[in-house]
Order: sequence, then structure tokens, then C-alpha cells
Amino acid sequence: MTVVLLGPQRRPSLHGLVTSMGWEGPFATITAGWQERELADAELDEHLGGRSHNLSLWHRMQQVFEADPQYAAAHRQRRADLLEMQDLYVHGLRHTMAALIELNDRTEGSITLRHMAIDDAIAIMRGLDSQHMRRVAEVQQAFYDAYPPHERESVQGHRAEVARILADCSAVVITGGHVVELLDALHLFNVAPAGVEQRPVVAWSAGAMVLTSHVVLFGDHAVRGPGCPEVFDRGLGLLPGIVALPSASQRLELHDRFRMSVLSRRFAPDLSLPLDPGTRIVCERGKPLAAGIRLIGADGTVTTGGEDGAQAGDQPPA
Amino acid sequence: MARKLAINRLRDRRPLDEAAIDRFIARETIPIVEGERCTFCFRGEADEVWVRHRVVGIPDPVPMRRLPGLSLWYAVLDLPAGSRVEYQIETRRGEHYERFNDPLNDKVAHSPVGSSSVCHATGYLTPDWTQPDPDARPGELHDLVLPSRALRRETLTRVYLPARFRQTRRYPLLVVHDGDDYLRFAAMQTVLDNLIHRLDLAETVVAFTNPADRLVEYPHHAGHARFIVSELVPHLEQTLPLMGTPSGRCLMGASFGAVASLTTAYRNPRTFSSLVLQSGSFVFTDIGEDHGGGEAFDPVVKFMNRYRARPTRVTDRMFMSCGVYEPLITANRSMVPVFEQTGMHVRYVEARDGHSWEDWRDRLRDGLSWIFPGPQKFVYE
Repeated sequence: MTVVLLGPQRRPSLHGLVTSMGWEGPFATITAGWQERELADAELDEHLGGRSHNLSLWHRMQQVFEADPQYAAAHRQRRADLLEMQDLYVHGLRHTMAALIELNDRTEGSITLRHMAIDDAIAIMRGLDSQHMRRVAEVQQAFYDAYPPHERESVQGHRAEVARILADCSAVVITGGHVVELLDALHLFNVAPAGVEQRPVVAWSAGAMVLTSHVVLFGDHAVRGPGCPEVFDRGLGLLPGIVALPSASQRLELHDRFRMSVLSRRFAPDLSLPLDPGTRIVCERGKPLAAGIRLIGADGTVTTGGEDGAQAGDQPPA
Repeated sequence: MARKLAINRLRDRRPLDEAAIDRFIARETIPIVEGERCTFCFRGEADEVWVRHRVVGIPDPVPMRRLPGLSLWYAVLDLPAGSRVEYQIETRRGEHYERFNDPLNDKVAHSPVGSSSVCHATGYLTPDWTQPDPDARPGELHDLVLPSRALRRETLTRVYLPARFRQTRRYPLLVVHDGDDYLRFAAMQTVLDNLIHRLDLAETVVAFTNPADRLVEYPHHAGHARFIVSELVPHLEQTLPLMGTPSGRCLMGASFGAVASLTTAYRNPRTFSSLVLQSGSFVFTDIGEDHGGGEAFDPVVKFMNRYRARPTRVTDRMFMSCGVYEPLITANRSMVPVFEQTGMHVRYVEARDGHSWEDWRDRLRDGLSWIFPGPQKFVYE
């Protein structure tokens, strides 16, 4: 099944893509990341030739919260717990990153020993990432065990309706926006097994991130200064083996080879893919990525790859 | 070879007459900023003219020199890059002294005690997020009149609700001292709208409180602390969808307002997880009682001396800022290690600015986005 990752659509290339792929629609659109503006999708619909059906996942989610206060409170509590866990995990990451930078800045002593220490610190980061993902999965599992969405009356009707719309569509488009809201909505209405998995998908920005196995948050230009990329949660897993980095040129200090090298090595064997404006990566699930895609290499430079066996869909997670 | 200053080129001009000065004034932006040298000018009849300011390190007043036989007075000051200086002109005509804003400079800053002219030295730029942005959806301000038993008076608080406020969400709460001054002189509503719009600041409910007499209520006043902790915050948490936990509460203030924030947190540890303290009037003495701040500072000094003798952890995170040109810079710098040694996480920033509302305005993004970070890292458009 084809999955296409695009760069941010400020200068939309969507229309050209669907035309060149020969996709005629109708298209199911997921704009939940836009939150309140979810249904302000006239322009998107235009690029899809007026053949789109918005699944309205964010608005459905709000309706669930209103109709089911118990579920809403539990959802809020889970989200607060996860954000607190994220803060604590980031605290550890930040210190490890500071140690890495300190090690890299050292000018005296053996280079070999220094590189070993850097490798060790990256291993610590990978350990923090894995442990965090395990804990997040536990919280999620506990929540779904306690509040199985498919048993909630407030959710059942929406799930059926979403599945019905998906069944009538031949492809799915997922836009960017708030990645947490988008993920929550996708999970709540179970859209992957409900039809997204079986259809071609086009996605960009947050939409591209949620298709991967692990959603990685990043941003070097926040007011608070360069952050450290952080794993957040599991994605839909349609494109394992990829770290999606939308607007990388804008959000990352791509010129900082050391930081980029740490990013690439930390998430290896997953491929760190910058998804800048103009990017179009066409993937066939389970098959190698096409040659010539841009990725951040282990040496911290943006290079091209994809032909030497790099695949989307068959790498084990970091 | 460096180019001569504009004022010196004028002095070299022949003939140098009032018409030449007319052209000079029309051509130049006063004060004239040439690298780190700033030329202040005044035109008019007087016996003496000075630049008056409150920059620590530069003598005050700064006498202006007159172009012989002409109506133009000038003084050149070295102001490092990034400086922002508030000043006025003072003249003496016989026994008559007069102070006023620079008639040749349109840039004016306002404060509760009046207005001043402003010199933007080289490299200073008014942050764009302090200016109205038509794309930023405005929040709403609501007046809250609350009778206070603790203060024995009626209190007025302006409550800011962010755009897209929803009852189904949970918001952090920021309590601001000298609220109306922050709104009027530090453009804080605009700043909040912009920072939230730009995802730098979490959607936050802000309570802008106002004192009756700040010199009485702000320096370690039991009634004030009780009002904030036992009356205002509970009322807000009952009537608005707030997080209602220490991590969702922050106290903020400038000058005496910073003292009020610190002392309220001191009296109620573990109630507020963060503080924003701008140019805190943290005056103390190491020996004796001669602090030079006047009677109003007595309770402040008493508190600070006691706190310095036995520092305690009053919050988790503390954002401090101070202008390097204000007299309080030494006190603020001195307090950073004292606060840090209690285990509080302190973020301290300085600016080439003074004890002014625009300085505090310009530091709001650093402070607020650190205390309640916006969802920037979650949004990928």
C-alpha cells in the first residue's frame, strides 16, 4: 500500500500529487490536528477536487467528552500524567545532552576515549527513550483496560460512522497541526484498523509523524533555546523505521553537525528524514525506500540515501 | 578612519547659524545614534541644560554643552549595544528649573509616575511580540470585584481568559501584582495574546490584581498573602476551569510587586510552583540598618535580611530579571545564589535597561514561556 510523505503544505503540492498518482478519490481527510479549525478545510477540499470527506475526528472527540464526563476526566488525567512523565524524562535527556556537548567540546585527552564516552552517553539516551516508551505504553494500556473505548456508548456510534465514511473512500489525507490532539483522535476512533491501513495515505507535518512507530518531538528554536528531541508516544506504525522531521530546516539546527549526528545515531537504525517544503517521499509499505531521499546521516550531515537497503517498514525500533 | 559624529560635523560647518541648525534638526533622528555613541540635543534658550536619567554608572545629571552663540545644546553619551535608556531634559533659567520629556524625540515610555523620553541605542529593537498582531486572537478581560476580609477592603482584579477559552479544559493560573500597570504600561494583554498565538506560552488564565497602597500591602504583608492564597486563588479555582495544583500556579510582580510575590510564596510554601520576579526590590544589609532606601523599604530589608540568614525553598522554579542600569542590580545578582542554594531552579536574565515597565515588558516572553511553556513542540503545521 502506498504512503506518501510530503513537506509542509504552505505552497500546496497536494493537487499535483494526487493527479500524478492517478488517485481520483473520494478522499477521507483527517484534520484533527487543526483542533477548533478542523472544519475550515475548504482549501484542502479544493486541492482534492472537491472530493473529500472530513472525518471530523476532533469535533467527534469533543462530543465524546461532552457526552461522557467520566471518560473525559479519565482522558484528562491520563494526558496530565503523560505530560508530567514527559517532563521528567526530558529532564534526564537534557542533562545527558549537556554532558554530550561537554564531551564533544573537550579539547584535551584521547580522542578515542572521548568518542567512547560519547557513544556511552548516546546509549544512555537510547535507554531513556526505550524506558520512557515502555512507561507510556503501560499508562496507555492501563487507560484502555479501564476505559475500553469500544465499550463506551459515546464512542461506538462515532466509530461506526468513521468506518462507514472510510469504506467509501479510496485514499486518506492526514494534515499537520497539534500532534497530541491528532494522535488522541486517531486512537479514540481506531482509524488505522477501520480503514486507513488498507488505503493509500498522504500525510504531512504532524500527519507524517503519526504514521511512524515512534512520534519524536523536536524544536531547536524555541524561546527557551535548543531542545533535545524526545520520543513522545507510539504512532500508528504504518511506516516503521522512520523518524519524521517536518520543517527540519526551520525547526532544527541542521548546521550543527554534532547535534544532528547525535540525533541520527540515537534513533538508528530508524532513518531520520527531514520533511522540508517540496519534499515528496513515496513509500510502499514493507519495501525499501526509493533511492535519493534526504536523510540525516550518522556524521550529522543531510545526505541522500534509501538505495542501500534502507527500508520503511522492516527496521526494528531503536 | 571613523566618521566624525554628526554633531561635530555640524560644529565644523561654516557658516554655522540657526538655519544650519534647522536643517540639522530636520535631518537627524534625535537622539542621534552612531554606533555606541548617542548624541542628545535640546534647542532653546536657557542658562543650563542637562540630560536627567537613572542609569547607574553614568553621572546624573549630564550637563549639555551649547554651540557658542546658538540655540542648540548637546551631550554625547556612550551607550553599549542593546541599551534602552529612559531620560528627560532639565533646564535652568535663572532660578527656575524645569524637567520635561525631550521635545525632539517622539519615543516616550509611560509609568504610574508619568512619562519619560526613551533612547534606543544601537541594536535595541522593540520586540515584535509586544506589538498588536492582527493574526493573534485576543483574549478577554473581565473585572472581578471581590470583598477581602484579609485586606479589609474591596479588591479589583482583572481576569484574562485566553482566546478559545473552554470550560472543558484545565488552565494554569498566573497571578500578577500591579495588574493594571502591567496592562497599561507593559502591554501585557497584547503580549499574552501574541505569545499564546505563537505557541510560546500555554493558554493561561491571568489574574491582574491591584493594591490599595502598594508600599503597605506589598512588603511582606500578612493580609496581602492571605488575600492571594485564601481568598483570590480559591475563588478563581472554584469558578474557572483551572489546574488547581501548585504546578499550575505562578505569582508574578515587579519591584515591590516582586517582593509581594516572594513573601507570599514564603508564607505559603508549596502553594505556587513558580515565581516571576522582575527587578525585585530585594534590598538588604550585611551589617547595620542603613539601607538607604527610605522608610518604605524597612519591612523589605527586615524580611530580606532574615531570609538571607536562613534561606528556604519557597517554590520550585523562579524566573528573575533585572536591568543592569538600575540600582537594584546588585541586590538581584546577590540573591541568585541564595535562592539557588535552597534547591530552587532559578533562571536569571539581565538586560541593558533600567527600572522600567518597558524593560519588564521586554522580558515577559523569556519568563512566561519558561514558566508555562506553550505547545510549540507539539505543533507541526
